[in-house]
Amino acid sequence: MTKATVATCSLAGCFGCHMSLLDIDEKLLDLLQLVEFDRSPINDIKHISRPVDVGLVEGGVCNAENVHVLQEFRRMCKVLVAVGECANTGGVPSMRNGVSLKRCLEQSFIRGLGIEGAQIPDDPELPLLLNRVRPLHHIVKVDYFLPGCPPSADAFWRFLTELLAGRDPALPRELIRFD
Amino acid sequence: MPTFYLDDSEIPFTDGETILEAAMSAGRYIPHLCWRPELEPHSSCRLCTVTINGRPFSSCTQPALKGQKVECDTPALLAMRRAVIQMLFVEGNHHCPCCEKSGACKLQATAYLLGMQDSHFHHRFPVRMRDLSHEGVSLDRDRCIRCEICVRASRALDGKNVFAIHGRGIESNLAVNSPSGLLKGSAISPDDAAVRLCPTGALIAKGRGFESPIGLRAYDREPLSSIELREYQARRAVHD
Ligand code: SF4
Ligand code: SF4
Ligand code: FES
Repeated sequence: MTKATVATCSLAGCFGCHMSLLDIDEKLLDLLQLVEFDRSPINDIKHISRPVDVGLVEGGVCNAENVHVLQEFRRMCKVLVAVGECANTGGVPSMRNGVSLKRCLEQSFIRGLGIEGAQIPDDPELPLLLNRVRPLHHIVKVDYFLPGCPPSADAFWRFLTELLAGRDPALPRELIRFD
Repeated sequence: MPTFYLDDSEIPFTDGETILEAAMSAGRYIPHLCWRPELEPHSSCRLCTVTINGRPFSSCTQPALKGQKVECDTPALLAMRRAVIQMLFVEGNHHCPCCEKSGACKLQATAYLLGMQDSHFHHRFPVRMRDLSHEGVSLDRDRCIRCEICVRASRALDGKNVFAIHGRGIESNLAVNSPSGLLKGSAISPDDAAVRLCPTGALIAKGRGFESPIGLRAYDREPLSSIELREYQARRAVHD
C-alpha cells in the first residue's frame, strides 16, 4: 500500500497542537504505517518537496511569512486542515486585534518592564507584521477544521484515521472542544 | 391532555404552554439561548426556530396547538441553527481557551451540541469596551450575545434595573445603568440573578476563577441538553 503524504507547519501558534499530535503516543507507530511526513517541524524539512495529500496547519496568520507558507501549503496540499483554535479563529494571538500595531510594538519593546536600549526591531530579515491576526479561512480555502486548544490526541487520531480511510472526518460531540 | 407532533413524536401540552415548554417537559430538547424558564420569553436569538406548514416560528413564544405538526430536527433547521451559532461567534470576540466561562458556557455548549467545528464566516474582531471597574462583577462585552437575559433578570428577579441594550443592529451593545456608565456605582451585586443567569462569560462574578479546573466543568462532563432537561423537569415538578 502506498502511504499518504502529510505536511505540517506552525504559523502564529505555540506548537501545542504539534505536541498534542505527538501525544497519540504509541499510536504514532500505527500512524507511520499509514503516512509519510514531508515538510514538518518534526523532521525539519523546510519546504514541501512535492504535492502531498494532507496539510495540517497550526496557528493563525500574523505576518507576511505566514501568508507565504500558508499559500505554499494550499498550493501543494490536496486537503488542507486548520488545526487548533489559532488556525480556526486567530486564537490568543488575535487578542491584539483591538490594539493598533504601533501601540503593541511600543508596549512590548519600548514601555515594557525591564527593557534596556529600547527600540522596535526593524531588521530586514524579520517578516512584516500584519495589522490583524487572522484565521486561515480568511486567506485561503480550508477543507477541514479541527478545533481545540489544542485538539486532544484522541481528536487527532479520530480525525486522521477517518480522513485517511476516505470517510467523513466530522468529530463526535464529545471530541469537539474549543478549550 | 391535548397533543401535537414534534417531528415524529406526540407531545402532550397544557393550555397556554409554548412549543418549547411542552417539548422540554416531554424530554425533547430544542436548542435555545435567550429563553429562560423563570423569565418572559424574548424571541431574539432565533435558535429555537421550528417550522409549521413550512413557516418558521420561534418555539419559545409560539403556543402549542392541538394536532399541530411541528418540524424541529430537519437537516435545514439544523444547518440554520449551526449558522446562527457561527454568526454569534464571529460577531464578537470569543477566545474560549482563555475565558473563565469555558466549559460552563451555554453558547459554547450549544455549539458543541450542534457539531460546530469551524466559524465558517469571517471574524469581525470588533473593538468593545470591557468593564472591570466593579469589585465583585466583571463585564466583557466581547463575549456578550445580547440575549437580554441580564436585562430581564435584573428587573424581574433582582428588583433592580442595571442593564439595557443601546444602539441598533450590529452596533447594539450592553449599557449599564449608572451615572458613569460603569458597573462601579451601579446597583449590581455578584449574587444577582443577572450575573448568575448570563449564559456566556460576559458577566462574571469575580474571585471565583478556576474554582473548578478546565475540562471538569458542567458541560465538559455532561451535554447541556441533558442538564437543562433535568433542571426544567425538576422545576416543573415543584411548580405543578
Ligand atoms: S463566552 Fe463562551 S463562547 Fe465566548 S469565549 Fe467564553 S466560553 Fe467561549
Ligand atoms: S451580558 Fe450576558 S445575559 Fe446580558 S445580554 Fe450579554 S450575554 Fe446576555
Ligand atoms: S430561545 Fe427562542 S428565540 Fe431565543
